[in-house]
Amino acid sequence: MTSTETSASLTIASTSKTLSGEPKGRTGIARWLLSRDAIMIGILLATILLFSLTIPRFASPVTVGFLLLDVIPVLLIAMPMTLIIITGEIDLSVASIAGLTSASLGVMWAAGFDMGTAIAISIGIGIVAGAFNGFLVSVVGLPSLAVTIGTLALFRGLALVVIGDNAVANFPPEFTAFFTSKIGSTGIPTVMIGVLLIVVIFGMLLHFTPFGRGLYAMGYSKEAARFVGIDIVKSKFWLYVASGGVSALAGIYWTLRYSSARSDNASGLELTVVAAVLLGGVSIFGGKGSIPGVFAGVLLIGTINYALRLGRVSDVVLIIVTGTLLIVSVITPSIGAAFKRWAHDRRIRKELPEPSGSGTPGV
Amino acid sequence: MSTAQVTPVKAPAKPNSRVGSILRARELPVTIALIALIGLTYAANPLFLSPQGTKDLLLNATIMIILAAGQTLLIITRNIDLSVGSMLGLVAYGTGTLFVMAEGIPIWIVFVIGILFGALLGLVNGLLVTVAKVPALVITLGTLYVFRGINNWWAGGTQYFADDRPDEFGNLAVDSFLGFPIITLIAILVVAVIAVILIGTRPGRDLYAIGSDPDAAILFGIKVQKRVLVAFLANGALAGLAGVLYAARFNSVGATTGTGMELNVVAAAVVGGVAIFGGSGSVIGAGLGALLLTTITGALTALRVDKFWQQAIVGILILAAILIDRLASLRTARKLKVSNSVEGAKQEETK
Repeated sequence: MTSTETSASLTIASTSKTLSGEPKGRTGIARWLLSRDAIMIGILLATILLFSLTIPRFASPVTVGFLLLDVIPVLLIAMPMTLIIITGEIDLSVASIAGLTSASLGVMWAAGFDMGTAIAISIGIGIVAGAFNGFLVSVVGLPSLAVTIGTLALFRGLALVVIGDNAVANFPPEFTAFFTSKIGSTGIPTVMIGVLLIVVIFGMLLHFTPFGRGLYAMGYSKEAARFVGIDIVKSKFWLYVASGGVSALAGIYWTLRYSSARSDNASGLELTVVAAVLLGGVSIFGGKGSIPGVFAGVLLIGTINYALRLGRVSDVVLIIVTGTLLIVSVITPSIGAAFKRWAHDRRIRKELPEPSGSGTPGV
Repeated sequence: MSTAQVTPVKAPAKPNSRVGSILRARELPVTIALIALIGLTYAANPLFLSPQGTKDLLLNATIMIILAAGQTLLIITRNIDLSVGSMLGLVAYGTGTLFVMAEGIPIWIVFVIGILFGALLGLVNGLLVTVAKVPALVITLGTLYVFRGINNWWAGGTQYFADDRPDEFGNLAVDSFLGFPIITLIAILVVAVIAVILIGTRPGRDLYAIGSDPDAAILFGIKVQKRVLVAFLANGALAGLAGVLYAARFNSVGATTGTGMELNVVAAAVVGGVAIFGGSGSVIGAGLGALLLTTITGALTALRVDKFWQQAIVGILILAAILIDRLASLRTARKLKVSNSVEGAKQEETK
């Protein structure tokens, strides 16, 4: 177990005297530079640099624009997903919630609702869907993996019930224009401001509030978290509500960006989001991970995919990259840990005196 | 939660234990649901159970039953394989290619190659999970993409259609024996063999022990790594078999064959009473779960319910199955507590 990182951050949080006596690892900047986040961000920057040098037309505002427009849904949903996985749970129903919101938005618009009202109701639907998940997982105490596989089918099914196999596409062009518009000549999409705001909110929530630190504690040890007085039921419930709300935002974005409301919008996105979050260094067992890491992870997948597409690698083959990155990212630490253990064992064996023949040690 | 569920069937040796164990069986809810669904649909529309209707019902369930059986082996050990849809796709496309590349190839050789190919893919998953000691959910999510990407790259836009395959091969999904389509008989045989292995053999019982408490299983001397590796291998081989049968059953195989199947397979096992955290459940339950989920589509059409409701009902069924499972395990836990305290009191008295 390479638990030093999180336990250290918990230590800083509680500054207990008993732990101060323990040997310290690297501190300050040196520690941060060796952290998983820094490595992730480093890899991201190196990748961007490499592509800018080797692929013509890569380093341009057009790239920035399309790349960001493509990653926005994943980036949005990855935020609450990070928090949920850190508590040791999972939410596989996110893409279905996005699909349900998209379908409802389309139907309301077709029925002549005012756009503002339709969007507000759609977000409400997402929140209710999230609360339903939250209730089953936290209050009833059912396993989240199974529950959200169930609601994945249920919400996607409701999307079908709402809109059938129709599609609503007659959204006013100014909405699509707004969602694809850029800030000046930077190529950065205007909506990115809102997305960054959400990223920052979730980052602050996770890293700078007692609530956030409680989530790490819950992922680490549920019993310990309960004993220090964290309200597990309430925290998890609100996380699922947040997940539903943000998934609804992603669904609305999806609908208005492509100007199309269909029941199968964003289908299969749940696994992409989970893959991005895990690539960003969040442990599936909970208790470990960070928002900057996930942010870098999402952008890394987006950048590589975009660059390979520019390099004329077929779109469908690209998912190999996502899969391989995910596998490599989880295997590398465990190989590293195995190597450390081996080195540690060897050192200890050298330090300890040779066992004296067949003598029975202690009884 | 899991340890409590494996043992109680044997524990109380009451006179009515046979009836009791049937009533407490984890397959009971799914069996009742299946009988109720088929009964209601038949009452409303007798055509539903006509020979042709029954045959379609079984044909539709075949592939899901085989995949759910393989998934059960893994879920029992607290593992999971999300890459089954991609494995099935690769093998199905490989089968199509084989018939075109090597014309006149005997069908049994195609089956052997398909199963070995699937087993190889399962071995990749198993090695990554056991050697690197990484959770199966993450690894198989990765291989879900890798295998699918390989399939896309290999197939490109190519598709193989039923005309490319010999008639005898396609007939496997048409001919029937005692009213059962041949490929469904294969699925039933698979379930029966796995059920016997799980109930009556050492390796099978070991899988439950591993899922109930991995640490205890290690202490007990069970070769956890080896057993889990074999479970992944078996699941891959079954996905390979399902892939070959898919090619026999459906008209076309291509780059996207089997996409999105993984969560349905897990859902089928969960509906059939296989606990997602391992240690309990049976392959027969999983098979019934697969049959139930695939029957819903046909049943709703026969009942003239709007087809759009189908998926929502599947979702509700999954949630209901989890809830029932939870209630049952709570009850067992309470009973165990009571019986323990009663026995404790008895022991106190004898002292």
